Amino acid sequence: MTAYGLEAPLDPATATAVRRQGLSVGVATGLYGVSFGALAVASGLTVAQAQALSLLMFTGGSQFALVGILGAGGSGVSAVATASLLGVRNGLYALQVGQFVRGRWPHRMLAAHLTIDESTAVGIAQEVQAAKRLGFWVTGVVVFLGWNLTTLIGALVGNALGRPQTWGLDAAAACAFLALLWPRLTTGDGRTTAVLAAFIALVTLPYVPAGIPVILSATAAVAVGFLARGRHEAQESGHGRHEDPPGDGDPTGLLP
Amino acid sequence: MSTWTTVLVGCLLAYGLKLSGYVVPASWLEGRRVARITALLPAALLTGLIVTQTVGGPRGSLTVDARVVALGVAVVLLLLRRGFLVVVIAGAATAAGLRAMGWG
Repeated sequence: MTAYGLEAPLDPATATAVRRQGLSVGVATGLYGVSFGALAVASGLTVAQAQALSLLMFTGGSQFALVGILGAGGSGVSAVATASLLGVRNGLYALQVGQFVRGRWPHRMLAAHLTIDESTAVGIAQEVQAAKRLGFWVTGVVVFLGWNLTTLIGALVGNALGRPQTWGLDAAAACAFLALLWPRLTTGDGRTTAVLAAFIALVTLPYVPAGIPVILSATAAVAVGFLARGRHEAQESGHGRHEDPPGDGDPTGLLP
Repeated sequence: MSTWTTVLVGCLLAYGLKLSGYVVPASWLEGRRVARITALLPAALLTGLIVTQTVGGPRGSLTVDARVVALGVAVVLLLLRRGFLVVVIAGAATAAGLRAMGWG
């Protein structure tokens, strides 16, 4: 804690509460790793490749997207492009987290790797700087450990299952994406974007290679982001940023 | 690209994006429009993924099969505020059950 100098230490009761919050969010999220591991091997990845994604990519939405597109026969380029577009939000989270995670570069580089939906949500939900940091680190580390352990379990189980369709694992992918999308449909702009994106994906699907319809659907965000301007700014004062409970992965509460 | 190249390039870019937020000045993203577009990006991409994973068939065909029913079950469970794992497992079980009965 020397890096943070003169700041007052966190009282034990708050520290315990923050740790408990980080732990529960971390454990709950870690469980998704089973579905990721199983889907990854069902999509044709090896156990080692699934594990590499959880260790090194470590951002659930992007990982599901990458294996989903490869599994559907999409090219590596479209898989990487979609995963990266989904990963843009982590850079925005980092802008927020960077306000309270300070210190030397090795420290920040480690923090960068742990900058995901859950760690950011628990971190920024706290009142004081020391609690924000504690929440961020505890959640990040617990999710990382849980996610990687359960990825391995899921990948090994998935390998033993055989043909993925028999077990409905292809349908599980769509359901996983839907569950990730759900908290983003709470705003009008989110719903408009989703409807437009669905339309774009549906009409382009028969005419372009696998994976491309997903990338084209990103233009829905650009269109709604541009056109919604006037209306949005009028409403803005009415929106609170702490409506979103920590851990639901909604990035809209983080943005100005 | 081989699968390993895809995996590793994807990982490298994902880390680069995370790190970028610690490196670039916050003012780069202060434009409300840019902020709004990047906030909406996941909703657009996830919807695109749902569509392609639900009705995408071999070689760009549109297919209605057990996956569509599974997604319907998932919608109902999410409306009932069930958690991620329940939704995913129920979706898989729905599709597996329908296929075991010889449909989809």
